[in-house]
Amino acid sequence: MKGYQVRRLVGRFFFGLSVFALVSPAILVFLWMLSLSLKNEVDNMSFVPVFIPNPPTLNNFIEVFERNDFLTYTINSVIVSFGATGLALLLGVPAGFGVAKAKAHKVAALIMIARVTPGLSYLIPLFLLFQWIGLTGSQAPLLITHLVITVPIVVWVMIGFFEGLPSELEEAALVDGATIWQAFRHIALPLARPGIVVAMILAFIFSWNNFIFGVVLAGRTTRTLPVAVYNVISFEQVSWGPLAAAALLVTAPVLVLTLLMQKEIVAGLTAGGVKGG
Amino acid sequence: MSAEARAPEMRAPSTGLRGRNYARNYWPFVVPAGVVVFAVIVFPWIFTLYMSVHEWEVGGAFTFVGLDNYLRLPTDERFLWAVVRTLYFTALSVAFPVILGVAAAVCFHRNFPLRGLARTIFILPMMATPVAIALVWTMMFHPQAGVLNYLLTSVGLPPSLWSYSAATVIPTLVLVETWQWTPLVMLIVLGGLASLPTDPFEAARIDGASAWDTFRHLTVPLVWPHIIVATVIRTIDALKAFDLIFVVSGGGPGTSSETINLYLYQTAFAFYNMGYAAAMTVVFFIIILLISLVLFTTRQQEKWQ
Repeated sequence: MKGYQVRRLVGRFFFGLSVFALVSPAILVFLWMLSLSLKNEVDNMSFVPVFIPNPPTLNNFIEVFERNDFLTYTINSVIVSFGATGLALLLGVPAGFGVAKAKAHKVAALIMIARVTPGLSYLIPLFLLFQWIGLTGSQAPLLITHLVITVPIVVWVMIGFFEGLPSELEEAALVDGATIWQAFRHIALPLARPGIVVAMILAFIFSWNNFIFGVVLAGRTTRTLPVAVYNVISFEQVSWGPLAAAALLVTAPVLVLTLLMQKEIVAGLTAGGVKGG
Repeated sequence: MSAEARAPEMRAPSTGLRGRNYARNYWPFVVPAGVVVFAVIVFPWIFTLYMSVHEWEVGGAFTFVGLDNYLRLPTDERFLWAVVRTLYFTALSVAFPVILGVAAAVCFHRNFPLRGLARTIFILPMMATPVAIALVWTMMFHPQAGVLNYLLTSVGLPPSLWSYSAATVIPTLVLVETWQWTPLVMLIVLGGLASLPTDPFEAARIDGASAWDTFRHLTVPLVWPHIIVATVIRTIDALKAFDLIFVVSGGGPGTSSETINLYLYQTAFAFYNMGYAAAMTVVFFIIILLISLVLFTTRQQEKWQ
């Protein structure tokens, strides 16, 4: 073999090694989570770890559902995240269109400041407000607060998307006598569908993952999944198996969504750098 | 977040006087969202300012106390330590993800088999529910039964107390933060790499530049704006970090990992000291804004050079 061939082979080997080094921590933590959730308590607590469950058991998952109100928390999470995402789309898609067309860049700056503000600074006033008007004991306060996360994400992604669309089609429709609403509804909106998908996925994921709002605002029966896993399951059960199983159940929808929609998620995050809370 | 992520040439040209009328017609689209943004975002800002000059007892009324809450902050040792810890945590939680993220972006910019799958796996940590992964890391950090100490001792290294000791808790939190947020830096820088022209790189190869020289003198300067944007985003997020610290250490042991955000939470929702917490929020917000502005200004200067 010639010298340059050897060098190339060595280069490839080290490149492969570095990719492996980058990707393995990401996958290993999730595999360990899966492993913990499928083992009995003796195997989980032994100092020499049992890496591959033998035999794997589903008891931890059964225990999560039997000993906790896991279904209620799931329903709460679904109501809050779907509600906040749906409302944000309803409000944010037209707003993104309006801001992009009116070139109102100051509105975009406001969204930026919202991105910089720590989540707790919304919570203190909203917490007092909800106490005053007595809006406790339902999912409504959480759903409203989650708009703090979802509306800026949707508006931000949609501004970028509508700015990138060619305006000739709409202008042609306006010249032909369509109203602005018709131009939006029948021309811009169908063209913006990929952007709406990106906004919807990101808003949903960041709402689903949110913890800080729920920790403060949710009551015993209105907890969302992340709060329930932290509050109920981690304190009432010290055993690791059910805890890992519950953690896995909470994050599984997001992981599946990421695997299925990675192209949209990457596009949205690269353009916006958005993150909620 | 990044202004240059929206390519300016994509914007439609301004249409002068007609453009102005044009703009007004679009306001009805913005008003509904504007009302909601005002109610849940702008109103809390104003209300926080109002609360910060008041004292509030549980279930009681507001009494005006002027700037007392603000004047208390510089004398509150716990707050000052929280500021120091926040800056320490932030410095490390920006440096490691940015360095590793740039390296990862360079790797993922090259073509290799299964690149799409590898990239998807790589971004899983930042998408996963923070509470869930924080709980798993907590179990891994356990000094007796945790898998990490087993791995350390099996390669001959001394075990660590990880998040269970005041000396190691912040570096431990930085480790998880780096694991979680390196992907975001990677994505932003990768977006920058994808938009670069290929000619300079071909010229460098023909001229026989080494891989390191190309990286140092070509890649880094060209994606510098993206690296700065990633750094600013990372800084804001690290300053605001809450879920991870709250779940893994709860600010402990003692108060050894209590950042501003954690102390803020305690003040507001454990001690119900709302006025003081509001003043702390305002100062915290100003700290975040100042640091992001400094970073953005650095970026502007780079541009002018």
